[in-house]
Amino acid sequence: MAERFTKSMARNIYLGGSAFFVLLFLALTFDTQLRAMPERDNRDQLTEQVVRGKHLWENNNCVGCHSLMGEGAYFAPELANVFDRRGGGDTEVFKSYMKAWMNAMPTNIPGRRQMPNFNLSDSEIEDLAAFLEWTSKIDDNGWPPNIEG
Amino acid sequence: MKYESQRVAMPYFIFALILFAGQIVFGLILGLQYVVGDFLFPEIPFNVARMVHTNLLIVWLLFGFMGATYYMVPEEAQTELHSPLLAWILFWVFAVAGTLTILGYLFVDYATLAEVTMNKLLPTMGREFLEQPTITKIGIAVVVVAFLFNIAMTALKGRKTVVNIVLITGLVGLAVLWLFSFYNPSNLATDKYFWWFVVHLWVEGVWELIMGAILAYVLIKLTGVDREVIEKWLYVIIAMALITGIIGTGHHFFWIGPPEYWLWLGSVFSALEPLPFFMMVVFAFNMINRRRRNHPNKAAMLWAMGTTVMAFLGAGVWGFLHTLAPVNFYTHGSQITAAHGHMAFYGAYVMIVLTIISYAVPIMRGRPYGNSNTAQIVEMWGFWLMTISMVFITLFLTGAGVLQVWLQRIPESGEAMSFMAGQDQIALFYWMRFVAGAFFMAGLVVYLGSFFIKGQASPAEEVRGPATEDA
Repeated sequence: MAERFTKSMARNIYLGGSAFFVLLFLALTFDTQLRAMPERDNRDQLTEQVVRGKHLWENNNCVGCHSLMGEGAYFAPELANVFDRRGGGDTEVFKSYMKAWMNAMPTNIPGRRQMPNFNLSDSEIEDLAAFLEWTSKIDDNGWPPNIEG
Repeated sequence: MKYESQRVAMPYFIFALILFAGQIVFGLILGLQYVVGDFLFPEIPFNVARMVHTNLLIVWLLFGFMGATYYMVPEEAQTELHSPLLAWILFWVFAVAGTLTILGYLFVDYATLAEVTMNKLLPTMGREFLEQPTITKIGIAVVVVAFLFNIAMTALKGRKTVVNIVLITGLVGLAVLWLFSFYNPSNLATDKYFWWFVVHLWVEGVWELIMGAILAYVLIKLTGVDREVIEKWLYVIIAMALITGIIGTGHHFFWIGPPEYWLWLGSVFSALEPLPFFMMVVFAFNMINRRRRNHPNKAAMLWAMGTTVMAFLGAGVWGFLHTLAPVNFYTHGSQITAAHGHMAFYGAYVMIVLTIISYAVPIMRGRPYGNSNTAQIVEMWGFWLMTISMVFITLFLTGAGVLQVWLQRIPESGEAMSFMAGQDQIALFYWMRFVAGAFFMAGLVVYLGSFFIKGQASPAEEVRGPATEDA
């Protein structure tokens, strides 16, 4: 670097640049959270049941194998659109699918990836289904590209 | 080593390397489970092994950063550490808490772990990388705050150098951003948004400050180049890291709920994120060309060069590959992400910790100019085996990812292959990744073996005039 470019100039770029972008990031965060998200995350449908479902999702570490909106592990299928993929967008169909699926685990087919049985009650599975249904309705700019997730 | 209290870094480095070995063992288990799905099922299901793998990584890197800090800060400040006793107490607290958490993952069913640690009171568990029970999270926060107190007291009473200021700024940022791990709103979209305040703003923000400071310190020591020059570079690098990286967080906001303007902001700023890493490469090689001495610790020099190159490739190039929104639409949450994650973490953070270990540990063991030639050659074999294996792991995962996108993401609904059917098609890539992983393990064994070779190097040979006092 040319000698004319001094250490204090470098420091000022660092301090000024990072201060500016921290503030910009905070402003964008306020805009995103306060203005944009209420329109996009269908929070008016965030029922008690959905909240219980989210806790079940967390307490059983589902994200340790699956991805949800593309985040998580890549060992098992994406679940943010499983309501559409397996339930065909119908709440009752999806609930019964979920019950059948969860109770059939693990398949114990030799050599295949295994999903544990989490011993959830029917009403817990309904909570989880409600959470996944709610998640499928978040406006995520049209991701994923197709039904397979 | 100029101050006796720097020695407290030693247990941190040793424990970091032990956890590193554990991380790789679980990495191999995961790699095998990708192709032999029921391997170790139901004893160690995939999600448990993955939690252990990623959490061990985070914890051992934190041990590495803390060890680096305890070693660097007293020497930079030209004073003894405020309280070596506190550093030892924190070491044991963190080591015991970390070990108990990992054992909890392995031997207690996760839902039971959530229950016995009373996750209900402040639910924070079950989110990727933040799986630790809330009590462990609180423990980490307490340890980090006490650690920062010890470090700040040391830095404040002595010489204020840019290396210390940048390092401590990075660590304070790490601590502050950790607080977002306690925020877990019931709205998943909000939860995910702030989850990235920990994950992205750590690894693509404040950790880069820590990495830059460690790199600058090691280069001052190894090359004997004037600190003024190195500090100027350090400022420019971290300026670029934060200017690009903060708004660059937006590349995670594409598909999780936030509005469309993030598609533009995230794409543009994260496309610039390779810049600071590229500058680190130029910086390291420039300083080495202008060196005033041929430091006999060639292994440390190799790690310092290697970390910049691999961080640029892994974080920079492999990050850029899938960061633009139109590309990311297809690659998001695929094996491409996994490829990038592996090489970026290895290049930037594993290798910077191994750089400071390579430089500092011989000194703490009474070998001021480095290990013996034989030990260094073995260490460099470890370097090449691990690094080349990681290149292959990344290439194979990239191959798997490209195929996955091709089969599962690109075709229309109805024609696209299902996730599991696609996974069967790319199994060959997973097998090759597993073999590369086994070579990585072999490299790690060789690397660890180098610590058991006796002898030391002779003093440095000075070139281009005397090295600075600092070196």
